[in-house]
Parts: sequence; C-alpha cells; structure tokens
Amino acid sequence: MTDLVRDASGPKLARHPQRVSRQAGGAMKLWRTWLPPALFIAPGFLIFLVCIVYPMLQAAQMSLFDWKLVAGATSNFLGFDNYIRAFNDPRFWLALSNSGIYMAFTVPPQIILGLGVALLLKDKSPAQPLFRVLYYLPVVTSWVVVSLLFKYLFADRGLINFALDDLLGATDKISWLADRWTALVAICALGVWKGIGWSMMIFLAALQGVPKELEEAAVIDGANRWQRFLAVTVPAIWPATIFVTIMLVIGGFNVFASVLVMTNGGPGGATEVLLTYMYRQAFEFLDFGYGSALAVILTLIVFALSALQLTLFRNPEATPSARRAVR
Amino acid sequence: MSPARSLRLVALAFGALLMVTPFLYMLSTSFKGQQYVLKLPPQFIPDPPTLSNYERILLRGDFGHYFVNSLLVAVTSTALAVLLSAMMAYGFARYRFPGRELLFRLLLLGLMIPAMMLIVPQFLLAKWFGVLDSLPGLIIFYVAGNLALNTFLLRGFFEALPGELDQAMQIDGAGHWRRFWSLALPLARPALATATIFTFLATWDEFAWALTIITTPENQTLPIAIALLLGPKGTQWGLVFAASIIAILPVIAVFLTFQRHFVQGLTAGSVKG
Repeated sequence: MTDLVRDASGPKLARHPQRVSRQAGGAMKLWRTWLPPALFIAPGFLIFLVCIVYPMLQAAQMSLFDWKLVAGATSNFLGFDNYIRAFNDPRFWLALSNSGIYMAFTVPPQIILGLGVALLLKDKSPAQPLFRVLYYLPVVTSWVVVSLLFKYLFADRGLINFALDDLLGATDKISWLADRWTALVAICALGVWKGIGWSMMIFLAALQGVPKELEEAAVIDGANRWQRFLAVTVPAIWPATIFVTIMLVIGGFNVFASVLVMTNGGPGGATEVLLTYMYRQAFEFLDFGYGSALAVILTLIVFALSALQLTLFRNPEATPSARRAVR
Repeated sequence: MSPARSLRLVALAFGALLMVTPFLYMLSTSFKGQQYVLKLPPQFIPDPPTLSNYERILLRGDFGHYFVNSLLVAVTSTALAVLLSAMMAYGFARYRFPGRELLFRLLLLGLMIPAMMLIVPQFLLAKWFGVLDSLPGLIIFYVAGNLALNTFLLRGFFEALPGELDQAMQIDGAGHWRRFWSLALPLARPALATATIFTFLATWDEFAWALTIITTPENQTLPIAIALLLGPKGTQWGLVFAASIIAILPVIAVFLTFQRHFVQGLTAGSVKG
C-alpha cells in the first residue's frame, strides 16, 4: 500500500478548496490523495492479499520442499525434485492425458452446439425465453448434483443402457464407469451437457452485435445463407468465440467435482485427471509439496494455453465494431 | 408457419428435451422407493409413488441443518463479498492515485488463477487461522475468492456513471462515504444484482473447499452432505435425488427471478456458472 503515498497528484473529485501553507499543503494534499481511495480499497484488498496472493506465492515455495504437515517436523528443501518426480510419474502423465482428452472432447462440442442453438434462437419469438431457460438450467445446477445424476444415468441398470438396449438394439450392457474410455465418455457427456447453455448465452449476446446493415447489404449482393454466415456473422462474433474458447479450455483443465463424484478417479486411477490427482496427493497422501508442484504445473499449462490461443486466434479481419460486440 | 421455421422449432425442442429429461428423471426417482430406482425397464412415472425419501430428508435427517448452514454461509459470504468488492471498485473507478493500475492488475491476476490451484496453501492458512472445520473458514475464503471478479464487474459500471452527480453532491458537502453509499450504490443496483446472484450461486454450490476443510457432520453444507449420501455400494438414489431437488430449488428460483441479470453478468465479463 505504501506506493500510494509517493505521488501527490490530487484525486479526481476529492479536492476541497482550502487555504493552507505550502508545506502543510503538501502533506495535506498527499493525505487527501491516498486516504479516501485507500479506505475504500484496503479492506477488500487486504483479504485478497492474505487469502489469494500469499497462497499463490506459497504454492510456488511449497513445491520446492518435501513439505511436512506435522508441527515441529522440518521440511527439507528439494529444489526441483518434485517437478522431476512429476516428469517421471506415469500416473501424472495419465492424469494429464485424461485432462487433455476431456478438453478435446468437451470444448469443440460446446462451441459448435452452443453456437448452433444460439443461431436457431437468435430471432425473437414467443418461445425464445422458455428455450433459453431450459438450455441454461444445467449451467446453474451444482456440479455435485449433476454428477450424481449422470452417475445414476450411466449406471449398469441406468437409463442410458436401457435407451441403447431398447431403442438402438444394442444387446451388450456397457459398464460405463468401470472402464477408462467409457467412463471418460460419460464424464465428457456431462461436461458438454452442462456447458452448452453457457456458450449459447455468450453467443446469443454476441449475435445481437452483428451489424444489421452488413447483413442486409450481403442479402442485396446475393450472398446465400452460408456465405452471409462466413462473411458477416463470423467476423462479428469472433471476439466472443475467442473468449468462449479460452474460458472453456481453462474450465476443461479445471474439471474436478464430476470426476471425483462419478468415478473417484477409478477404476484403479484410470480416469484420474490433473486436479483429482493433485488433490489426492495433497489430502490423501498428505504430500503437500508434490501436490503444490502439480498445482503449479497446471497453472503454467493454463496460462500457456491461454496465451497461445490469444496469439493463434488474432484475426486481422475483425472490425472494431465486431470487437465491440462482445463487450 | 414456414417449413424452415417449424424445422427450427423441432430442432430446438429436441435439444431442450435432452437438456430437461435428466432433471425430470431425477424428479421422478426422488419419488421412488429403493427397490424401484434401478428397475428395468425404468419407471418414468413412479409406481407406486412415495414421499418417504422427502420425509426422511426433511424430517428425520439433518438436512434441515445442512440447508441452514448452506444458507448462512452463502448469504454472509455474498453480502460481504459484494460490499467489499463494491468499495474496491468505487475506489478504483472514482479516484486517481499512483499505483492504481498496478493494484488493479494484481487483482486481475487473481481472476486468472484457478481456485483449485490454491487449495493446499489455503488449507495451511486456514489451519493457522484456526478456522478449519468451521463455517467462518468457509466464509472467509468464499469472500476472498469472489472479490476479484466482482470488483472487475462493478468497476466498469461505476466508471460509466456520470461524474456530475458526484460533484454536485460534493458541493452540497457530502463526504466520500455518503457519496458512495447514497449515490453510487443505488445507481449501480443492476450491476450489484448481477454480482449478488453470481456470488450467491457460486457459494451455494461450492464443493471442493468445503470438502477439504469440513470434517464434522454438523458443519456440512448441502453439496458435501449430498455427495456423502453416495454409499460405497447400494446408493439410496431416491434419497440422493430428494436431497438434490431440495438443494437446487433455491437456485432455480433465483435464476428464474433474475434471468435478465444473468445475461448482463455473462456478457459483462468472464463469468462461468
């Protein structure tokens, strides 16, 4: 907070017309510059520093130690041993690949289906508000509840197997949650089902920003539906698409509750994702140092992916008005 | 109705059916006795329907207690987080001081860090504070976790408010706090509503942190209590879904009432439900 004091330029609105001597005036002015904003900002910011920023730094620090939870026990400095251990840990790579698979099979469907529903819904109609609510319902429902629900639907004698059996005539019952790949299918299905409403909502808002004049001009020029979509709609919703993609990728790497509830990483750790593996290392095996190293690795991956997408997706054709569409 | 329009309606209705069927099936199962929950072929209409699951959840179990815990934690955290965020947002929006951008950027960093990354050091911090296994332990960290996003959301709104009103009040001799409390806050009501709803939902549904620090049953919140109904074998699905229905009713009520604010909140920034 101390760097607030250094400069003495007055706050925008906080100046009272007062006559004071030059020296005292300097101090008074200084006082008036930082005191009001500090009083507004300090309470929340202190909590933020203590509960978010400090743990952030501590996570980095802990990852370099063989951290002992027991009072009195000394924690040994390991340097990068925890990171090297992760690199040589096949279970870490399995968890990483499961997280990657989850991302690959949930992000594109959410974008495509979300955009599809938004395109179908964008024109005002009496049914629009109802559909919007129905598609958004899974988004507001808690992860625990929907995970239990999908565990039930994908149970051996559950609704999904019944539907496959009865409607499609598949004769073999699938034990969905007892095998790595089918369990991942169930977990991904939940991710997509729960997320479509969110991307739909973002795309709906972005579609409101598509310039009507351009659309009409394209019609006059004889462009068909698909050409209009590519030439007018896509550039206008491009920023929203970037935003949705980045958020979904981050969300994909953050998958936790659904895996924990549906398979608890099983069978035999085969469906463990990065966060459940990190959580297990820390709170089941009480290996806080290794858990922190995994958390740091995951954070770096998320940051790197976000930065990569921002560079990849930069579209020179996006007009300023299109960029404004998502704001 | 043109064929294209009816086709569109059919597609939308089919999708909506896929979205809603799991909920309806959950509702149906919550009225089934244990011997019927995994019966083949599945019952869509419970036969015979029973209220015993709700009876056990509402009357005999501790779910009333968990519900109160959840409500207490969510309401307190939301009130504190929104108030503190509004103050910070006002401080960042209305005043110019050196270091302002730097501090705000630090806050944005907090927005990018996934909450789960901090769970290990936060656990140690909570232990040091002596708030493990307590509702205050939940509240403190829920408030902290929701500050960055809300401040970000509200700062934009405060910046868009015209400065003239503020200046007029200042000339009338109103102090900093009065200008914030009786001018800026009432004007920011729509943005405050958005912040309140999102924070409430996030804290009502929060699972990982509560799972980590809560150990005694009397301090459990609803998500934990429901997840713990999952037995090692032979889960009482009727019971699970009766409890789930009770837990999601407030959420659906809030959502239906404040729908409009959802759209605003989503488009204002990076809010993910």
